[in-house]
Amino acid sequence: MKKATLQLDTLTCPSCVMKIENAVKSLDGVDKDSVNVLFNASKVKVDFDDTQVSAGDIEKSITTLGYDVKKVQVR
Amino acid sequence: MQRFILSKKKPITFISAVLLVIAYTSHYGFGNEQIASWAMIIASILGVAPIAIQAFQALRVKVVSIDVLVTIAVIGALLIGNYEESAVVTFLFLFGDYLEQRTLNKTRSAIRELTEMAPESALKLMSSGDYEEVEIDGVDVGDTLLVKTGAKVPVDGTVLTGEAHINEASITGEPIPAGKAAGAKVYAGTIVDNGTLTIQADRVGEDTTFGRIIELVEEAQDSKSEAERFIDRFARWYTPAVLALGFIVWLVSRNIELAITILVLGCPGALVIGVPVSNVAGIGNGAKNGVLLKGSEVIHDFSRTDTFVFDKTGTLTMGNPQVADSIVYTDEPEKIRAYLSAVEKESDHPLARAIVSYLGETEPYTVEKTDVVKGGGIVAQVDGRRVAVGNAALMEKENVHLREKGLKDIDLFQTRGDSLVLTAVDGELMALTGIRDQVRPGVRKNLARLKKLGVKHLVVLSGDNQGTVDLVARELGLTEAHGNMLPEDKSAYIQELIAQGRTVAFVGDGVNDSPSLALAQVGIAMGSGTDVAIETSDVVLMNSDFSRLPHALGLAKATARNMRQNIFIAIGVVLVLLSGVFFSDWMNMSIGMLVHEGSILVVILNAMRLLRFKLRN
Repeated sequence: MKKATLQLDTLTCPSCVMKIENAVKSLDGVDKDSVNVLFNASKVKVDFDDTQVSAGDIEKSITTLGYDVKKVQVR
Repeated sequence: MQRFILSKKKPITFISAVLLVIAYTSHYGFGNEQIASWAMIIASILGVAPIAIQAFQALRVKVVSIDVLVTIAVIGALLIGNYEESAVVTFLFLFGDYLEQRTLNKTRSAIRELTEMAPESALKLMSSGDYEEVEIDGVDVGDTLLVKTGAKVPVDGTVLTGEAHINEASITGEPIPAGKAAGAKVYAGTIVDNGTLTIQADRVGEDTTFGRIIELVEEAQDSKSEAERFIDRFARWYTPAVLALGFIVWLVSRNIELAITILVLGCPGALVIGVPVSNVAGIGNGAKNGVLLKGSEVIHDFSRTDTFVFDKTGTLTMGNPQVADSIVYTDEPEKIRAYLSAVEKESDHPLARAIVSYLGETEPYTVEKTDVVKGGGIVAQVDGRRVAVGNAALMEKENVHLREKGLKDIDLFQTRGDSLVLTAVDGELMALTGIRDQVRPGVRKNLARLKKLGVKHLVVLSGDNQGTVDLVARELGLTEAHGNMLPEDKSAYIQELIAQGRTVAFVGDGVNDSPSLALAQVGIAMGSGTDVAIETSDVVLMNSDFSRLPHALGLAKATARNMRQNIFIAIGVVLVLLSGVFFSDWMNMSIGMLVHEGSILVVILNAMRLLRFKLRN
């Protein structure tokens, strides 16, 4: 399990949070309970299994929704 | 294409506005309906494009968002030829979105200022022997770094060489720079006022004290209370329900106009955003003023606190006790002092340290069979004699004969407010030492402020003797004082208060009272940003400045009130709009959208007041 923190462009609508949450949760290899979209900090924190999914995949699932990802940190 | 349109939201909003102006001037000014209609249609289609894209993206991940409702409503209005409604609604929605973004950024600014204080680069000693500037992520534990005047300390570390004055306001809130030399600890995010240091990195990135603080604040501003989670769940079903309602209304009445009006009016905007903005603004104000509030649940509990329990040493007092009185009952005082000093050197209790520093240089003795009696003191073998150093309870346990003179002196010391340390050798009282701890400046005034804010009970708990504690309580205007308490007595006492139905806040320095901090509904750590205190408590007063406490309570109350106001506004608006639709004939989509966007701005602006919150005496 790895832990990714993605810094997004400023989020402004609470429904964006729901969209991003659902999009990230729908990826295989993502620990669904760990998905945490921080509205005010405009960050996504997520635990994932790096044999099944990469941080790049997670980033892509968010950018295709139309939100810019500014920085990705994996630990 | 999609991303292009989304990135051009601002110009689209502007063009929509221009088109609306053209439409209205040609309609009212020249009576030219043709131009007016076309301008409205173009404005609608242009404006609905980004909204529709967002709606589509939401539906793909199975979310019925506000965008979905608005898109359907606008398309519906276009189909029935109501171009004015569709144009005005899209414009208002986009413009509202823009204003929300601007104002939301303001409410978040306080916390962003804090996170922007995080260091970004460091001068690292490379294998070549030169220092090179590297990204902060490229620094590892154990690296040697160079920090010059004006630079930020990039990590938590230990000074290797050099001397400097460092402004540690970002960690301790202390504005006066602290002098640092080899061996001293330095903290990430603090700024070198003057001087140059080389330091060794002990903790980097998110593990530094500053990193922890930022993470806690970020999580706090997004943490949700029970009520908020309820609203979230509610919103998840609410929007689809509005969509269904609109559809049913259309099926029954065959009135598209009415159906799409319901879609617009039913948007849940102010409800979902109202509480989070109050939360972020309140926590932001705190962060700027050295008060860390860990989330909206904490704010809720804190705002209802009626009982404050204080630890004495280090909280109400400076935690820097000094010997005030001393009596020796023996004809060999030098020897007794030497025994006492030797035994007290075994302990790092603040009272012991005060005695050691008071006695200064003494004849050295070896101490054997040291036994620390919890809540009592120390018993040890020195120079072949049994030496007991501690409080009255320990003396009783050791069957020490106190004699009349001793008892009288004990009384005298207690009425002066001294903490007592008795020294017995082979069962005879040999020395009596009275130690006093200075009360923190301004405590009395700030406790009075707490009372003014509606706190009924101010309690002090201490391991000190009752006389001392009573004196402090009288001096400071506390309502209750309990002495002779062990750490477990303190937590038991707090448990009892909670069982009585009180909402209890415990204020301590986080050193030996973490059970109480954890147990109280609100654990408030007065620390200079020590790790334990930050972790176990709910509220951290970043600097040991007692005056932050009333501010923190006032802020919590104001934030809780602000949240209630926002919920009230949001629900009120929806009720007014829906009843307007059914019971009046002036209600339409445009008015609905205007009121709706207006209410979102009202709740954000209302929350913004919290950024300027200041406690009026």
